[in-house]
Amino acid sequence: MTAIYKRELMSYFITPIGYVYLAVFWLLAGYQFTVLLLSGSGDLASEFSFLFTVVLLLTPILTMRLMSEDRRQKTDQILFSAPVTLTGIVAGKYFAAVTVYLMGIAITLVHAVVMAGYAPVNWAVLGGNILGISLMGMAGIAICMFVSAQTENQIIAAIGGLAAMLLVLALNGLAAMVPFPWLRTLLASISFFNRYHNLTLGLFRVADLVFFASFAGIFFFLTSRVLDHRRWSGR
Amino acid sequence: MIEVRNLTKRYGNKLALSDVSFTVEDGEVLGLLGPNGAGKSTTMNIMTGNLSATGGSVSIGGHDILEEPIAAKKQLGYLPELPPLYPDMTVEEYLRFVYGLKRCRLPRAKHLEEVCEAAQIGDVRRRVIKNLSKGYRQRIGVAQALIGAPEVLILDEPTVGLDPRQMMEIRTLIRGLGKKHTVILSSHILSEVQAVCDRVVVINRGKLIADDTPEHLSRRLGGNHLRLVVEASEEEVRQSLNAIPGVKKVEIIPWSEEGCVCAEVESLEAADLRRAVSGCAAAKGWPLLELGAAEMSLENIFLQLTGEGEEK
Repeated sequence: MTAIYKRELMSYFITPIGYVYLAVFWLLAGYQFTVLLLSGSGDLASEFSFLFTVVLLLTPILTMRLMSEDRRQKTDQILFSAPVTLTGIVAGKYFAAVTVYLMGIAITLVHAVVMAGYAPVNWAVLGGNILGISLMGMAGIAICMFVSAQTENQIIAAIGGLAAMLLVLALNGLAAMVPFPWLRTLLASISFFNRYHNLTLGLFRVADLVFFASFAGIFFFLTSRVLDHRRWSGR
Repeated sequence: MIEVRNLTKRYGNKLALSDVSFTVEDGEVLGLLGPNGAGKSTTMNIMTGNLSATGGSVSIGGHDILEEPIAAKKQLGYLPELPPLYPDMTVEEYLRFVYGLKRCRLPRAKHLEEVCEAAQIGDVRRRVIKNLSKGYRQRIGVAQALIGAPEVLILDEPTVGLDPRQMMEIRTLIRGLGKKHTVILSSHILSEVQAVCDRVVVINRGKLIADDTPEHLSRRLGGNHLRLVVEASEEEVRQSLNAIPGVKKVEIIPWSEEGCVCAEVESLEAADLRRAVSGCAAAKGWPLLELGAAEMSLENIFLQLTGEGEEK
C-alpha cells in the first residue's frame, strides 16, 4: 500500500495535474481571502463557504485519472499480480488524492495566520472548519474515485465525478421541493450542503462528521468491489 | 510447483478456456503455445490473479491464488502482454516502485543493479519510460518481473517487439533463469518454444491439445517432413522420390529458381529418409541445392494436432 501511495502522490507531481490543482485551489482561496480583507471583515467563515464550491468543481479533476488511467494503460495488472490486497490498492490511491487535497486546504491556515495579525481569530471555530472541509472533501474524493473506477476515460471520469458531486452537494435543493416528508428528510440528510454550512457557522455536530466519514467509507468499499467485480466479469 | 486444474473461463456465452489442466515442476521452463486468441493470455491472467476463473483452480507453490492470494503472489513475477509501465516515470523510479510494491527484502541498490544487468537496461535507468523504444520497454517489463527474485516467472510473449538480436538475448536470459526459477512463457512461435522450453503445452480455441517435450512434439509434427530443392524436372523428381521405400507422400511446391524443383516428402512414421533421399539425388545426378526438415506453420500444427485429437 505504501508503494502505491508514494507512486500516486509522485504521479501528481511528475505530471502537471498536482501543480495545476494546487495553483488553482490556492488562487481561488486567495481571491476570496482578498475579497474578505477588502470588505473589512475578520470572519474566515465566508472563505470556507466559498471553498465549498471550489471543492465541488476541483475534486473531480483531482481524482479523474486515479483509477481510470491504470485501467487504460493496463498498469493495473502489476498491482493485481503483486502481493497487495484490493483494499491496499484502493487505499494507496485514495490517500494520495487526499494528501494533495489537504495540501490545498492547508492554505486556509496561512490565511488564518495572516488574519491573526489584524483581527482576533477564533482558533476553535477555524479548527472545526478545517476538519469539516477535510472530511467533506474526503467523502467527495471517495465518490469521484468510485466514478473513476467505472471507466478508462479520464474525461468521462471527470464529468461523471462532477455530476455526482453536484448531486450529493446540492440534494437539499430538490429536498425542499419534494412533497413527501420522508423523502424530504432522506434527501436533505444525504445532501452535503446543510451539514457543511453548519460547520462553517461554527456549529460543530458529531453526526455531521460521522456522516462524511461513513460516506467516504461506503464509496471506498464500493470502489474495491468494482475492481473485484471486473476480475469476475473479465473487464 | 504450479498446478492448474480444470481451468474454465466464460465471457458471457463465449467459452474462452475449457477444462485446461497442467502442472509445472520446480525449475522447469514451460512453453504455452497457441495462435492469437487461443486463451494463452487468459490462462496467464487467471494464474496471476488478474482474472478469476469460471471454474477450476490454480495453485502456486501449494498456495491457491484465490484462497491465499498474498502468499501465492509473493512467489510470482509477471510480465503481461503489454508491459505494465508508467510512461511518465523514469526507469529507476519505476523499478523502485515495483521493489516497494512487492515488499522486497533484498538489499535494494544491489538487487536493482543485478536485475538491470540481467535485462540489459542499465544504460537507460535515468531515462523517462515514454521516450524509450519498444525493445527497451519490453525489457523493462522483464526486469520488473525479476524484481524480488520470485520463484515463478510468468512471461506473456516476452520477445514480441524485439529485434532478432534482442530476441536471442531474451531467450538466453530465460534459459538462464530456468536454472533458478520456474518459468512459464507463452508464444506463438514454435521455434522459440523449441529453443527455450523443457516442455510445451499447446492451446487452441481454449482447449489444451498437447502437453509434451519439444522433441516429441516436433517428431510428432515436423520430424517426418523433409524438404528438398534439386535441379531436375518435376515429373522425374516425383516418380523417383515416390519409389523410395518409406515415403508416404510427395508434394511439389512452386519454386522461383529456373529449372529447379522443390519437393516436400512425408515419410511413414519413424522412418528417417535423409540418407535415402540424398542418395537418390546423387544416383540420378541431380544437383542437390537444399535438404532439410520442413518448417511447419503454426496453422498446420494445429490442424494436425486437432486432427489427431479427433481420430483418437
